[in-house]
Amino acid sequence: MEHGFFTDNSAATFSLTDEDHTIANAVRFTLNQDPRVTFCGYSIPHPSEARVNIRVQTTGKLNITLFFKAHFSKVNLSIMQEVQYLMHHNMHFLETMFSRKLNWGAR
Amino acid sequence: MAEGAGEEKKKFSIWDLPDVPMGQLPPHLELQRSRVSCNKDAPIHTESIQYSGAYASMGIDNSSRLDLFSNNFRVEVVRLNEDDIEFDMIGIDAAIANSFRRILIAELPTMAIEKVLIANNTSIIQDEVLAHRLGLVPIRVDPRLFDYLSENDQPNEKNTIVFKLHVQCKRGSPRITVKSDALKWLPNGSELVKETRNATSDSSSKPEIYTYFGCSQETVPEFVKNPIIPKYPDIIIAKLGPGQEIELEAHAVKGIGKTHAKWSPVATAWYRMLPEVVLLEDIEDDLAEELKSKCPVNVFDIEDLGKGRRRATVARPRACTLCRECIRGDDWEKRVALRRVKDHFIFTIESTGALPPEVLFTEAVKILEDKCERVITELS
Repeated sequence: MEHGFFTDNSAATFSLTDEDHTIANAVRFTLNQDPRVTFCGYSIPHPSEARVNIRVQTTGKLNITLFFKAHFSKVNLSIMQEVQYLMHHNMHFLETMFSRKLNWGAR
Repeated sequence: MAEGAGEEKKKFSIWDLPDVPMGQLPPHLELQRSRVSCNKDAPIHTESIQYSGAYASMGIDNSSRLDLFSNNFRVEVVRLNEDDIEFDMIGIDAAIANSFRRILIAELPTMAIEKVLIANNTSIIQDEVLAHRLGLVPIRVDPRLFDYLSENDQPNEKNTIVFKLHVQCKRGSPRITVKSDALKWLPNGSELVKETRNATSDSSSKPEIYTYFGCSQETVPEFVKNPIIPKYPDIIIAKLGPGQEIELEAHAVKGIGKTHAKWSPVATAWYRMLPEVVLLEDIEDDLAEELKSKCPVNVFDIEDLGKGRRRATVARPRACTLCRECIRGDDWEKRVALRRVKDHFIFTIESTGALPPEVLFTEAVKILEDKCERVITELS
């Protein structure tokens, strides 16, 4: 996984290997919502090769690598945690309703 | 300025227009942003408007903030059976819903038969066809209790499950059908011995075997309660005529759906957006009856207004399958609007049986989390 830089520090293309639309589209969506991002898109150079290029351009006052990293930890992970929390919440409620012991995490 | 009404036309004045509410989108833009309009020929406004500055000229901030997300996001489970689940996710976008769907289908690990060691096959089903069919049989075991088997590893009790199939149709007896309940679990590992090439091998050397089980898998308490068997005992694997025999050993390993579809833990998983059916004008009496009879899934209902007048109402919009029967024909498009709510997804997951469906979804979320963390560590 490498990232390509221009001469300026506020925009970059991140090339992720072993990834596909699954993560790229989700990241592109959340990145676009951030007001500091002027452009975000992704492309898959060739479908036979598991590589995805994510291009991010910002308003100019950010270090792009840190921004990208921070974005993942803040936004994406919190979305995941919300989803997980809500599913758990629902499951405990349903356990009482359906009185069926739901098979939860192993180990 | 404001003109009085003329004989034919009223002079139009911009001061008569209602105020555009600042801080809130006007209704037609809100419709465009949050609903997919399904017209007679094609849906429109299907893209989600993600760009944070999309409505900047109206003074509206389209960026999403995490606190707003937490407040608006809801999950509601509608139906939960042993093998399938239907639940609603309200407040996320199609990009993330699609990520979950892709992970459910292709990246959740399961156990499936990969290597088949055939000792004897005199049936009419060819070896490779038999092996292919065995691979597709779903196995009722929790894949989280096992590790992946890579090329350098030896097959042991932590990464392999061994099944045995020995069926024979004796001469004079009628044809038999070999079903998946004929697969017997061998908790102690493989019973077959590798053939040694060396003809002059001395009898004191230990014969090579295929699996190296340190201890029996039966010692794991989970397997004592639920022995490892195929999930459905009535899957037809082969058919034997008199005098034919199948004797084989099948090794199951852990894998993901991306490598081969036999490792996919769901029969399928899909989502659809919540349908919204809106009556644009009052539909009464005969037209209402006609509308109600048109819909094959009974979305519409008739209510009595008294004095013999009836009116059509939308009773079950969720059942709408977008067959567009209600807007076929002249003028119906002006009366009924079919829409989809862009951020309300109805997920349905049908599990093949290895894991219950609600667990499948939470595992999918964990896997997306792991992917994000992998990117973070790679970038550091």
